[in-house]
Amino acid sequence: MTDTLLFEHIDEPGLNTIDVYMARGGYTQLPIALKMKRGDLITELTGSGLRGRGGAGFPMGRKASFIPKGDMQKYVVCNADESEPGTFKDRELIQKNPHQLIEGLIIAAFAIDATINYIYIRGEYDQQGDILDAAIAEARERGMLGENIFGSGFNVQLELARGAGAYICGEETGLLDSLEGKRGNPRLKPPFPANEGLFNGPTLINNVETLSAIPSIIRLGAEGYAAIGVKDSAGTKLVSISGNVERPGNYEVALGTSSRELIYGLAGGPPDGRKVKCWFPGGSSTVVLTADDLDVGYDYDSLEAAGSALGSGAIIVVDETQSVVELAYKLAKFYSHESCGKCTPCREGTRWTFHMVERIKEGTATPMDLDIMAAVQDQIIGHCLCVLGDAMAMPIGSLIAKFRDEFEAEIETNRNAREAQLAAQFSAAEGITV
Amino acid sequence: MADVKRFTHDSRIPGWDRAADLDKQPAIVPDAATTEVPAELRAAIEDAVRRFPVGDSAFIPVLYAVQEQYGWCSPEGIIQAAAVLGRTPAALTAVATFYDMFEMEPLGRKTVYVCTNISCSLCGADELLEALEGELGEDPDVNVRGFECLGACDIAPMASVNGAYVGPIALNEVPELARQIREGEDPLPAKQMIHRPCADPKVAEK
Repeated sequence: MTDTLLFEHIDEPGLNTIDVYMARGGYTQLPIALKMKRGDLITELTGSGLRGRGGAGFPMGRKASFIPKGDMQKYVVCNADESEPGTFKDRELIQKNPHQLIEGLIIAAFAIDATINYIYIRGEYDQQGDILDAAIAEARERGMLGENIFGSGFNVQLELARGAGAYICGEETGLLDSLEGKRGNPRLKPPFPANEGLFNGPTLINNVETLSAIPSIIRLGAEGYAAIGVKDSAGTKLVSISGNVERPGNYEVALGTSSRELIYGLAGGPPDGRKVKCWFPGGSSTVVLTADDLDVGYDYDSLEAAGSALGSGAIIVVDETQSVVELAYKLAKFYSHESCGKCTPCREGTRWTFHMVERIKEGTATPMDLDIMAAVQDQIIGHCLCVLGDAMAMPIGSLIAKFRDEFEAEIETNRNAREAQLAAQFSAAEGITV
Repeated sequence: MADVKRFTHDSRIPGWDRAADLDKQPAIVPDAATTEVPAELRAAIEDAVRRFPVGDSAFIPVLYAVQEQYGWCSPEGIIQAAAVLGRTPAALTAVATFYDMFEMEPLGRKTVYVCTNISCSLCGADELLEALEGELGEDPDVNVRGFECLGACDIAPMASVNGAYVGPIALNEVPELARQIREGEDPLPAKQMIHRPCADPKVAEK
């Protein structure tokens, strides 16, 4: 089937070992790529229309073309710090098919002439890290990594680095700082990592899924790969569907598939026939969409036109029984905990948003708080070094905009409940019986 | 996720309420010749430096080695690592405090991280955390805590038991899981994510 590229053979027992991977045609694209000229290889990647699968959706080939040429030490860093809430596609790829990632990474490294490369995996992925470590050792043993691979004269090293639990290290410059052994604070851009990245050298940073797609691009050719999907959203995408659905999990689909097909067709929709209240199309950091948007095509441009984004490709479905205030509370709590504290709008904005939602829950908020909260979100967006603050501001701002009635009703109910409780306490203290 | 510890004035940094001790000497690089370092710890640090030779890039694996040795990033362990690396203890502490998986206080060595993020909480993670805390909260060997999204929303609500992902965990399975954790058994083997097939029906058809 043409729309199963990354997940072809995924459940085959032992696919994580090099023998089974090679028996299924693995490491056959690497020697082909190594025979190509570097410029042609980058043209091929650009022509495929592959866009970054980590969240930003930047064309992969163009990113590679920004790496300067010259003798300086260059690096490819694979971002396997998958921490965007709702996303778990890289986990499945690493755990079940680590060699596909390694093969893609070596091809990308060859394209930009990077001899030292890293995979940065989040510390929580303990078992997956061990599997990847074993796979790297196997690849080294079989001569896929090391000096003069396949007689091409290209020397390549790959090392696995583990994070230690910080959402911000999924941000590319935060990741670079963490890889350098520092606190994972994002850097000011420009200079972009393509010019000044890891250890100040030119660095190409790509997500696991992006790099894993490269062997398929070489196999199908740029045109073959670009033929899958829709205009400006080429190829297949792994979609992690979770939340209130019957069959949560990872699904590989051609970009442009309808969101309704994903949520209802593949994941089975909310259990017990409940209705969809809202859904996050690309991880918890994207603008929430409602049941009215279910027919939007699942691709970069259609979701952008609907006011949201494809993000990391993680759909979180929220059914009608859930409270939006509780949702906003969880979001604000998460982002305020994960804000690194470097930029004031994010550090303070996430924290005060959390306090304001807490007030709604306690019954001490007034309707004015809702306006302040919405204004705080506007003041975060675009005012920080990285998008962590925006990642809270976009979903919370959109929740307030789209479910204002529900927020207002909850403020009212909780305030009344609190006043009644206080009155009861007062009466009890004064010995008055009403 | 665990609440960030707050001191006076809501600060995350201890010392707001204490005047600086001006007589205290600044910490310097510990003397490598006189600082005793356990052999396993030294070997682990040297291995990390060999794999990450540039600058301070070995810090995170070194801190993992310290935590492995002492169960937490103890001041003693940090000083020993600093002595081997030739850096100040403060440089290492500054990095350790940034990351959620480095413990700055002695806690149980068995870790149980319960994901309490969006997808899991939509499926009852708060109740699961409460139940696990009720069963294991008193056990000094176990560190139960709520955690950021662990990247396993397909098995929500879930927990990571010493790095093994388990889920979906029903509330009536909690006592059994707690017993397995206490006794060091494999946690709910049938529900471990490592054995879970891919959800995509196209894969299963083959």
